[in-house]
Amino acid sequence: MCLGIPGKIVEVFEENGLKMGKVDFGGVVKTVCLEYIPDAQVGDYTVVHVGFGISKLNEQEAQEMLYYLEKMGFLKSELGDQE
Amino acid sequence: MKFIDEYRDSKLVKAYVEKIHEITTREWTIMEICGGQTHTIIKYGIDEMLPDKINIVHGPGCPVCVTPLEIIDKAIEIASTPGVIFCSFGDMLRVPGSKKDLFTVKSEGGDVRIVYSPLDAVKIAMKNPDKKVVFFAIGFETTAPANAMAVWRAKELGLKNFFALVSHVRVPPAIITILESPWNMINGFIAAGHVCTVMGYEEYEPIAEKYKVPIVVTGFEPVDILQGIFMLIKQLEEGRHEVENQYKRSVRREGNIPAKQLIFKVFEIADMKWRGIGLIPNSGFKLKEEFSEFDAEKVFSEISTIKTEESSLCISGYVLQGVKKPSDCPAFGTLCTPLNPLGAPMVSSEGACAAYYNYGRIKI
Amino acid sequence: MATEFNLSCPKPLANYDKILLGHGSGGKLTAELIRNVFLPAFDNPYLSELGDQAVVNINGIKIAFTTDSYVVNPIFFPGGNIGELAVNGTVNDLAVGGANPLFISAGFIIEEGFPISDLCVIVESMRRACERAGVILVTGDTKVVEKGKGDKIFINTSGIGIIDHDIEISPHKVKPGDKILINGPIGLHGIAILSKREGIEFEIEIESDTAPLNYLVHDILSVSQNIHWMRDPTRGGISSALNELAQSANIGVEIWESEIPIPEPVKAACEMLGLDPLYVANEGKLIAVVSSEDAEKILETMRKNPLGKEAKIIGEITEEHPGVVLLKTLIGGLRVVDMLAGEQLPRIC
Repeated sequence: MCLGIPGKIVEVFEENGLKMGKVDFGGVVKTVCLEYIPDAQVGDYTVVHVGFGISKLNEQEAQEMLYYLEKMGFLKSELGDQE
Repeated sequence: MKFIDEYRDSKLVKAYVEKIHEITTREWTIMEICGGQTHTIIKYGIDEMLPDKINIVHGPGCPVCVTPLEIIDKAIEIASTPGVIFCSFGDMLRVPGSKKDLFTVKSEGGDVRIVYSPLDAVKIAMKNPDKKVVFFAIGFETTAPANAMAVWRAKELGLKNFFALVSHVRVPPAIITILESPWNMINGFIAAGHVCTVMGYEEYEPIAEKYKVPIVVTGFEPVDILQGIFMLIKQLEEGRHEVENQYKRSVRREGNIPAKQLIFKVFEIADMKWRGIGLIPNSGFKLKEEFSEFDAEKVFSEISTIKTEESSLCISGYVLQGVKKPSDCPAFGTLCTPLNPLGAPMVSSEGACAAYYNYGRIKI
Repeated sequence: MATEFNLSCPKPLANYDKILLGHGSGGKLTAELIRNVFLPAFDNPYLSELGDQAVVNINGIKIAFTTDSYVVNPIFFPGGNIGELAVNGTVNDLAVGGANPLFISAGFIIEEGFPISDLCVIVESMRRACERAGVILVTGDTKVVEKGKGDKIFINTSGIGIIDHDIEISPHKVKPGDKILINGPIGLHGIAILSKREGIEFEIEIESDTAPLNYLVHDILSVSQNIHWMRDPTRGGISSALNELAQSANIGVEIWESEIPIPEPVKAACEMLGLDPLYVANEGKLIAVVSSEDAEKILETMRKNPLGKEAKIIGEITEEHPGVVLLKTLIGGLRVVDMLAGEQLPRIC
């Protein structure tokens, strides 16, 4: 149960005391509640579920896990250029 | 799309499939417990790419599917009441109750509205002070922060016409129930990435330890799932039983602290009945006493006790526990189809039966 | 001839005894309703073709005739409004049958209280759309219903055109090996509409693709006689159109995910809402099933037309799995693309 989609925060503002933001999902922009990621800023990526950002995506971790197989010595650099 | 496309890369997919084939020497049965993951697996045919020795089963990971029949019937009664605006996520509308579904209520003139976020329901309540606005607050822990915020806001704003019909479920007790069941054959679990984004995975560590089962917290794209399966099989082959985190870009061990804080300000843990499985202690959330004015079950208690009746043909209980696959069910695809569903897993877009039906296989 | 109308339902309408929104979605429920209610009542060889238009022969002249009703909500959306939709939709229904659209009618059902200024904007759009398509609006009708009994405005348009060639365009002409072409990216209209729907509004930089396809159709009919079947995939998306073809021609359809043009914002919106772009409505798209020998030539011709600049070959007809549409996914698997069951609900959880 987890329709959570990653998007980029393009605006942060306050509405009725709640931290809100505009999140860009690859061309679709939606208003999202950011109360649960208080340190999020413009440029950060977040996973949005039912109109709420539930996590701030960690790019470094993302990179590390993408190259997991390579790091573990299982793969040559097939993962270098992706088209 | 960033953070999505990279995880659908076919080269990576192939690499992981190869690796899994390489390291698998014994037969293993693994379970995933998230409708979103079920869908990805069936949609991309991931289970067919795995070695035959790996049997992947789908657990009760669809909150729509496990919402008790009594609550669905209650929702239908409330939605049919004049003066009520019933707000719900889209999925719940076609889940069959004893006699009909919310969609039918809508076609009969009930004011049933699909909302994207629980806060939208609060807005509707503010715009319609003369109506009673009831929000169908269902979900796993992933949705609990959003639902909690809606109730919290309603209290802050002093709303007198907003109510939540709560049916929240928690994953760890379900895992324990499955592990303790007499017919359990699950060797390891793929844990739901967004549930753990909110709650963290500390609660899973005692389970892995006590039952000696490895658990890997996993994301939702094809590469995530394959990487998660790879990590799980590797643990099994090496005789380990730890909790590992594949979905590191979103999940931290302690979860989302502000979200957890608000969840436990608004909700408390309660026993919960799961449709198709039965009562699981401490497996749900209910509204705390101080929020009882927003509890639709209490406020609409004069609704008659509805006699609930499941179809005798529907074996969703077995499907939800991973004991049977949808294709094992005699009614699958014949008497039970998305147009004419006998049980929730066929109608919910995340249900296993619906996934199997919609992405059905043909022997080519 | 029976004077009583007896409803003959071979099987229950999926246990529903009332009309649901899904019955108007262009998917399975619609097909069932037509099969079980309308066809038995009006049974005749023209209707049973279940084409987008009917072709009747009057004194040796082949006349195509079609009708369509427009109930879109909201009536003003990015890229257009209900008026031009009504004109283009009917023009396209004629065009995909190989007809040259000539005349249309328009019937308006307007809710009391609807601003006349809005009506003027809609009518002006229709005027421009008729001009663009080269058709003349020759007759019409206006009805007003009390406030609350109709949602602002509904429009029905009917159209007639002439088929002045002998190319037979029908499911029976479709053969294994034929190629499936589309003139451009899918999902634009449906997502443009959804972006303005109350409850799920979002900002997006796309517009409806509503457009008249008759000139594009004329171009391709001029370069090839081997165009076997055409459809404009509106409600229910390309999936519904291809499923209808698979069933009526009893052949298999295979489409390739890597070749189907989907704009990034449409992909993003579909991800967000849990929709599948294959089922999202289009209003300016043409699917053409053509012989494999002529496929490249027809593709080139399409690309020369402004409405076909991004045309692609997205699949082919096969004798395997008749009646079924299969999609070859990006990561190499094969999956069934079933007919839409009811109304595609935005998936949340």
